[in-house]
Amino acid sequence: MGPSLLGAALLIARKDLAIEFRTRTAFFSAVVFGVLGAAIFYFAWDPTSVGALELAPGVLWMIFTFAGLLGLQRSFSTELADRAMDGLLVSPVSREAIYMGKALANLVFVCAVEVVAILAVALFYNMSFSTHVPALALFAFLAAVGLVAVGTLFSAMTVNTRLAELLLPVLSLPFFVPVVIPAAQATAKLLAGRPLAEVAGWLKVLVAFDIVFVVACTLAFPFTLEE
Amino acid sequence: MLDAAPAAVVEAHGLTRRYGMRRAVDGVDLTLGAGECLALFGPNGAGKTTLLRVLAGLLKPSGGTARIAGVPLPGGPAARAMVGLISHEHMLYSALTARENVEFAARLYGVRDARGAAAHALERMHVAERADTPVRALSRGLQQRVSIARAMVHDPRVVLLDEPFTGLDAAGAAALTVMLCDLKEGGAALILVTHNLAEGLEVATHAAIMRAGQFVRQEPCATLDLTDYTAAYRELVTHGA
Repeated sequence: MGPSLLGAALLIARKDLAIEFRTRTAFFSAVVFGVLGAAIFYFAWDPTSVGALELAPGVLWMIFTFAGLLGLQRSFSTELADRAMDGLLVSPVSREAIYMGKALANLVFVCAVEVVAILAVALFYNMSFSTHVPALALFAFLAAVGLVAVGTLFSAMTVNTRLAELLLPVLSLPFFVPVVIPAAQATAKLLAGRPLAEVAGWLKVLVAFDIVFVVACTLAFPFTLEE
Repeated sequence: MLDAAPAAVVEAHGLTRRYGMRRAVDGVDLTLGAGECLALFGPNGAGKTTLLRVLAGLLKPSGGTARIAGVPLPGGPAARAMVGLISHEHMLYSALTARENVEFAARLYGVRDARGAAAHALERMHVAERADTPVRALSRGLQQRVSIARAMVHDPRVVLLDEPFTGLDAAGAAALTVMLCDLKEGGAALILVTHNLAEGLEVATHAAIMRAGQFVRQEPCATLDLTDYTAAYRELVTHGA
């Protein structure tokens, strides 16, 4: 028999990250998108009418969301070429482990993109992320979990369609809203130096969303593979 | 139905798979014992690949029953662990090396010494010297050899082969034939889909012709004459007699 659920998930995640490390296609695309996004917003920004503190959280989460989609898009397209997915599906690994492995690799990808995006926004908007760093990192991580949970499922659903590049954002973005709103609100408060107690409510929303969608998407994933 | 072997490794009774209203596999009966090989011939669209995909656990049967080593399909991980599938598409990751691909498969199947098993499988397919080359840099034939090594790395009890000779040169085809004979002698049950009658019958113990989702002719190979069989196959495929 095959490895345990967690063992198989780690195996698949490691394989996906090795492929991304070799090709670097999605990561470089996401990084270029992130830096360009920060630059475009910077040049379109009128600092006399909107303060950096008000603008930066929105820019940051817009970049996270769309740059993350680039990685999610690629997650299952690598499996499509030469029907590599069949190799996974005929193995004794459970479908849930495949989902978890894919989601883990996507989580690492999105977190890496977040780090670059934060540095880009800090540079362009002259922001200091030194206050509340652990809290900001926690929000960024929890939001990444939510985005990845939903995005990985929709990536599997849309990869076999002719309009996958269009369908993935169309399906995913409405589900990203409950993640992006609390994350952006909390980021704004933390960057403004507000006390941690003010973001506790948003934290609960994010945790609840993550629990519900990680469980629901893991259970729903096997049905996306039915032919 | 083929001759019943003492221990049936692959069994199907009235196996059916529908795509909408179309029956791609239509009431197939099949029994294959340990050490037996069924060569399955038929025109394009006959349902051969669909039959293999059902037996591999990739598709759910729409009707009938099928068992792999006694485990009813779709049988989950227990049944899939016993199956090796070779498709006409190589099912490899082109950015990874041949060794990484085969080792990854070995780990998915829980092979104890995955690294050693991968090296051995690549050696058996005479591709060990290119083990550290990314798959995308290999020729079509070498990719097919790696794909075969990937499918065999866990010593499957049932091997499903869909046009495995595609793209192989003489040496690759010979290596594959030797491997298939070794697997048979080791007690594996094989189903070999091919359009090349000579290649199929060289390895097979039984032969069957499939048309429109059904087995229209099946018999043991011992009684077959290649010339007569070829003529009968052409007649069935072209005229549907």
